[in-house]
Amino acid sequence: MIHILVHDKKDTVGVAVIEGIKAGQDLTGWVMEDDSTITVKAANDIPIGHKVATREVKKGDTIIKYGFDIGKAVADIKTGEHAHVHNIKTKRW
Amino acid sequence: MINANTTFRGYRRENGRAGIRNHVIILPVDDLSNAACEAVAHNIKGVMAIPHPYGRLQFGADLDLHFRTLIGAGSNPNVAAVVVIGIEEGWTKKIVDAIAATGKPVTGFGIEMHGDHDTIMRASKVAKEYVQWASERKQEDCPISDLWVSTKCGESDTTSGCGSNPTVGSAFDKLEPLGVTMCFGETTEITGGENIVADRCATPEVREQFMKMFNRYQEIIERHKTSDLSDSQPTKGNIAGGLTTIEEKALGNIQKIGKKCKVIGVLDKAETPTRPGLWFMDSSSAAAEMVTLCAASGYVVHFFPTGQGNVIGNPIVPVIKLCANPRTVRTMSEHIDYDCSGLLQRQKNLEQTGDELIEIMLRTCNGRLTAAEALGHRQFVLTRLYESA
Repeated sequence: MIHILVHDKKDTVGVAVIEGIKAGQDLTGWVMEDDSTITVKAANDIPIGHKVATREVKKGDTIIKYGFDIGKAVADIKTGEHAHVHNIKTKRW
Repeated sequence: MINANTTFRGYRRENGRAGIRNHVIILPVDDLSNAACEAVAHNIKGVMAIPHPYGRLQFGADLDLHFRTLIGAGSNPNVAAVVVIGIEEGWTKKIVDAIAATGKPVTGFGIEMHGDHDTIMRASKVAKEYVQWASERKQEDCPISDLWVSTKCGESDTTSGCGSNPTVGSAFDKLEPLGVTMCFGETTEITGGENIVADRCATPEVREQFMKMFNRYQEIIERHKTSDLSDSQPTKGNIAGGLTTIEEKALGNIQKIGKKCKVIGVLDKAETPTRPGLWFMDSSSAAAEMVTLCAASGYVVHFFPTGQGNVIGNPIVPVIKLCANPRTVRTMSEHIDYDCSGLLQRQKNLEQTGDELIEIMLRTCNGRLTAAEALGHRQFVLTRLYESA
């Protein structure tokens, strides 16, 4: 069972691809770029489609997905935490 | 597997283009003529009115786009014949004459000096002749290179970038070498991925034209922007689905152009491409606006990946919906033509899903109704450039 999907090895976040991920759950992540597997412990409940941090990120750091810059952290994010509009913002608008 | 010998059952039109539907449409020039068009469509079975809210007191480039969109819609090879109704005869004739250049049957009616009753009666008589004539048009085997395929995604979420958008990209990479004419657009939803698209442009000239269109749209956004673009980029639906920023949405969006296709040219809104290959069309990212522009450009079938479940259809172009979000596939199954959620569990790869999407596309070309057609979704939405006079 794959719980989260990671596009690129450089990514700092993965996407929940099943419903009902609960805090404390061990998550198996598929890294599509090199077909490798990672594991992360969920720190929060993660709805399907939402992101989970796959490594620790400090406030102000760039968030990487698809291997590219998708915005900046506006709060510290620990590994396994829900990563979304409450802690990530675009750098543009 | 698709190859250069693959064919579909199309309607060969007078100008040589191949359509996959055989519509007789009743096309209003303006908002005032919607009622008469709908009355004709009520009288005559098998024809379709395409109401819309605009066409009065427009001017300049905005009016040009209005005409280009209506003329393009009527000229689309999915349309066998057209009845045009306008409040007056001048603008009506302009649209009729341009559609007539394709060689298909078209007649126009102005309401002034006649009223609705007389117009509806005369237009109904013509519509009846047209629909009977159209019903005897025969489908024939058309080479795959006669196909024009457009794409635009909607109500995207993170699964769009993981599954449904790269599936379209896989299909485009397979269709491009076979001489299919394709397009994508959504100028604002490239934001954050514009350099990736620029790098895929076939020549420095195309790259320059693309960046000019991209930067022009960014200036509009800058001029009118509000915090987070008033929940419009990303939308509330995008955010509910897990998309956080415009850059994340854009990087998912551009998965639709695959890994190999080159962008061979850029199109203005509703402009017709001149040769096979992948085109970029400057356009809004609003689903119905973009698909309507694709119809007006002459595209005959559309790939529409969705994450959270956009329900859009178009009166002229069959809209094929694909989705990789298992929750959406479960809760909104009647809207989804192709379920590619298996990608997210590594049960399928993009080679397979690209092939399967093409299979659904060919079935659609051969006559299978899309979910949106069966459900009666006919969103015909004209893009406006600025205020009326």
